[in-house]
Amino acid sequence: MLKTFKLGGVHPAENKFSANKAIEKLALPKSVFIPVAQHIGAPAQTLVKKGDQVKVGQIIAKAGGFVSANIHSSVSGTVKKVDLATDASGYPKQGIFIDVEGDEWEEGIITDDKLVEKFDTDGKAIIDKINAAGIVGLGGATFPTHVKLMPPPGSKAEMLIINGVECEPYLTADHRLMLEKGSELLVGIRILMCALSVDKAYIGIENNKKDAIASLQNLTASDSSIEIVPLKVKYPQGGEKQLIKAVTGREVPSGALPIAVGAVVSNVGTAYAVYEAVQKNKPLIERVVTVTGRSVKNPSNFMVRVGTPVKELIEAAGGLPDDTGKIISGGPMMGKAIASTDVPVTKGTSGILIMPDTDAKRKTSQNCIRCGRCVTVCPMGLEPFLLMTVSEKQIWDRAEKDCIMDCIECGSCSFTCPADRPLLDYIRLGKGKVGQIIRSRKK
Amino acid sequence: MNMTIVYTIVSLSAIGTLSAVILYFVAQKFKVYEDPRIDDVEKALPGANCGGCGFAGCRAFAEACVNADELSGLFCPVGGNDTMTGVAEILGMEAVAQTPKVAVVRCGGSCDHRPKVNKFDGASSCAVTASLYSGETGCQFGCLSHGDCVAACDFDAIHMNPETGLPEVIDEKCVACGACVDACPKNLIELRKKAPKDRKVYVSCRNEDKGGVARKSCEVACIGCGKCAKVCPFDAITVANNLAYIDPDKCKLCRKCVVECPTNAIVEVNFPPRKPKTDLPPTPAAEKPAAPKAEKPAAEKKPAADEKNDNNETK
Repeated sequence: MLKTFKLGGVHPAENKFSANKAIEKLALPKSVFIPVAQHIGAPAQTLVKKGDQVKVGQIIAKAGGFVSANIHSSVSGTVKKVDLATDASGYPKQGIFIDVEGDEWEEGIITDDKLVEKFDTDGKAIIDKINAAGIVGLGGATFPTHVKLMPPPGSKAEMLIINGVECEPYLTADHRLMLEKGSELLVGIRILMCALSVDKAYIGIENNKKDAIASLQNLTASDSSIEIVPLKVKYPQGGEKQLIKAVTGREVPSGALPIAVGAVVSNVGTAYAVYEAVQKNKPLIERVVTVTGRSVKNPSNFMVRVGTPVKELIEAAGGLPDDTGKIISGGPMMGKAIASTDVPVTKGTSGILIMPDTDAKRKTSQNCIRCGRCVTVCPMGLEPFLLMTVSEKQIWDRAEKDCIMDCIECGSCSFTCPADRPLLDYIRLGKGKVGQIIRSRKK
Repeated sequence: MNMTIVYTIVSLSAIGTLSAVILYFVAQKFKVYEDPRIDDVEKALPGANCGGCGFAGCRAFAEACVNADELSGLFCPVGGNDTMTGVAEILGMEAVAQTPKVAVVRCGGSCDHRPKVNKFDGASSCAVTASLYSGETGCQFGCLSHGDCVAACDFDAIHMNPETGLPEVIDEKCVACGACVDACPKNLIELRKKAPKDRKVYVSCRNEDKGGVARKSCEVACIGCGKCAKVCPFDAITVANNLAYIDPDKCKLCRKCVVECPTNAIVEVNFPPRKPKTDLPPTPAAEKPAAPKAEKPAAEKKPAADEKNDNNETK
């Protein structure tokens, strides 16, 4: 019997078209736009100005606080300007434009693919290296990794859970990474375990990636500290809290972080980035991005430099299909539609999904018939129909009381609603407002 | 048989009398004194319960008036000065007259002037749209056209114009309660001083982008050039963050800025058509007619909206 989380969940069609496509290195773009806010927390502070020459891996913006991350140049060339441009958030954000000239790397970065297994076991030094490399959670939430590795006083990490679930339909970036970079990934996990001083790590992988499970099980056969946990396919298993529940059976309390139950969760992409940062001195300047869609000519997984415009990825995957209805940054469930293909790939971009017009169109919203399906599928045990109504009517105190802040925005409610109500749209709005209210109350 | 009726009447009367006596004493003991003037004031108020005064409803406002030492700072925008005089009479205080205000939508980005660059198909709400991204047009400060202001209005005073995709205020119906001001996530609506014949001159733009960027996304965007501030004889115009603002308290409606504005971001409403003057070069702003006649200003019309081209993408 495969493990999974108990409460709610849905089964969207998987559509993993690019699962068999090996990761390809995408050709360098002509110019990049690197936003200084690619993570949760304070935006980084720009260190370069117009006309500066930068190399690959050079720090161009330094963390603007504890919960923040360094930003490095992903290309070598000249800084064209430091200005506002729209990123995947849909709003103009400060960032650095760089014209690409050649591919000259900063000194000290090892660029070969040779596996380096031995590492220095000083936890503090590891965290410093991760901090310097600007590593953030690559699953999509982009929470700075060094913060995660320093549990607040009074709490102790007991285990590391590596998220290889990739429950979003279409996306295959993590799948390919686990298959192709398994050994590197395991070194990264051991480094993370050392930094956290835990002696047990679990890799949660959904059972639709049997080849990845087999290959990693093969690699960890002699190492009992890392356990591969095959999981039943169910969305949103990749959610931090759902994964902890599935793997350990523990439930993160409302409003608490995973560390409250002794777990630290990291994405496989993050673990790989940690390996590269610690063993190869390579900062986080590139990531795997899946470019996919029903009408895409050549669905692919690309290793892409951060800051590359989305249109270059689409071009490399066979161009924009004629019937394009929506371009989504991320997966179909939690991703965000982007209004222009000029937006850059950032640290949190896990995929570019091109949806045909017929799939992308939303149906007209009808009245709620109180069928309760949204309540059944909500993995957090909330009542989405109620949260939507209170958000619509702007009853924020009620929304707070009904735990709107516990919503993980997985979209299972909107996906399942037979009346096609925009449940998540309103819940997200309510979450934003209630969050604002809570923050201002703390001040 | 007859005695049963007598017993019933006697015992029920006794219970009734006893209860009445208990209730009387309880009522005396737990009596809450309420100023009778609160009721009087509440009756004098319009009873719209719109919250425009800043209180939870007319009753709360009446209580605040009765408890206040003076009426300055307390004003019912719906009833206006007449109502406040009535309230002042009841309370024996002096009414503080305020200039009536009216809601003004400060965005001229109609479908013609501000082409859509993408299509939003989520929940039809400005608040939701604003929480997701900058909007369907290139301008991140402009009207989102979903009509949260229309839904917020209790007085039927604001409507969407399907041709321009912008809300329009009906000045006679608007009571300046401020519900639309709070509802607009882009802070486009402002309560401005009402002038004679509902005349208005204001910067119909909130775009804080640099001039070039603003102009690229919208033809009638304020580019922050500052020409209006230079030409204003009353010091009423300030330019901050690439955006001009006309202070309604200082503006004397001379309309010099309207002529000067290179992008027609400053609009004049309800003025009679200008006579073609010889000393002023006829700019597009001067040629554009305002509302047809001053005596019948049915709806707020922006000169910007008068140019009707073929709208291929209306709501």
